[in-house]
Amino acid sequence: MLCSDIIRAVHAEPLVVSNEERLTKDYKAAFASDLMSDALALIQDEFEHTILITGLCNAQVLRTAEMLDLETVLFVRGKKLAGADLMMAQSMDINLFTTTYTMYETCGILYGQGLGSIS
Amino acid sequence: MNKILQKEFHVERDDYANAGMASSQIKSTLKQVGVDPKVMRRIAVAAYEAEINMIIHAWGGVVYLDVTEDGMIHLIFQDCGPGIPDLEKAMTPGWSTASKKARELGFGAGMGLPNIKRVSDEFTIESSPAGTSIFLTFRVEE
Ligand SMILES: Nc1ncnc2c1ncn2[C@@H]1O[C@H](COP(=O)(O)OP(=O)(O)OP(=O)(O)O)[C@@H](O)[C@H]1O
Ligand SMILES: [Mg+2]
Repeated sequence: MLCSDIIRAVHAEPLVVSNEERLTKDYKAAFASDLMSDALALIQDEFEHTILITGLCNAQVLRTAEMLDLETVLFVRGKKLAGADLMMAQSMDINLFTTTYTMYETCGILYGQGLGSIS
Repeated sequence: MNKILQKEFHVERDDYANAGMASSQIKSTLKQVGVDPKVMRRIAVAAYEAEINMIIHAWGGVVYLDVTEDGMIHLIFQDCGPGIPDLEKAMTPGWSTASKKARELGFGAGMGLPNIKRVSDEFTIESSPAGTSIFLTFRVEE
């Protein structure tokens, strides 16, 4: 699913766009969790084509994305990072978005539109 | 074995603001050595989980990074205690004593240690009340 379609589907608002090219990138899968060690344990392959969906909103999400080489993170329930964390995302070359939908709704919408699960 | 690179990183107790800094530095240091990206990701995941454990469960410590001539990457995470009373329990997926603060950070699934073991080529853990040491080895090439 194109990143631009993901954004449109959940009416996401961009928080940081470090890399414009990725807005038109085709992502195959998403992984959703508020537990970073679940993400660290489960996202092993296809990381270049996977986005992280989370209700956790802090620097640890960015660190997790950095360690896993994830490019795109989507926060749910309208969560937003502020100041220094946004700069950190920029320096890590990560794109951040936020949607006001809940985790359940976000996953339901994106899954329904063909964004798969991690293998 | 000759060392082609040797570095150490200090991890402070309860330093939540900088949690992940050491792993991030390890990652950028190893990028310069030219580590396979897949191996790199395994190292980054293990380092990050171990570093977080040093901050949320232990009283900080030191991480030693060595790259040796034979193409091996060695990481040692040595903390200042209080140690892990029951290593077998600690290695069980899902077992956690994480504090409320640690859970707020997104940790406490009890997945860290089993995951560190799974992604590393060699894994050894030792623990006493004086501290916990985790010895990890990775081959530069898969
Ligand atoms: N360095 C350490 N010092 C003291 N206790 C530790 C240390 N590392 C782990 N432990 C103990 O072992 C348990 C399991 O650790 P593990 O990393 O697997 O899970 P966790 O840190 O609780 O959660 P997660 O890593 O999934 O976020 C911890 O809850 C803690 O009780
Ligand atoms: Mg842990």
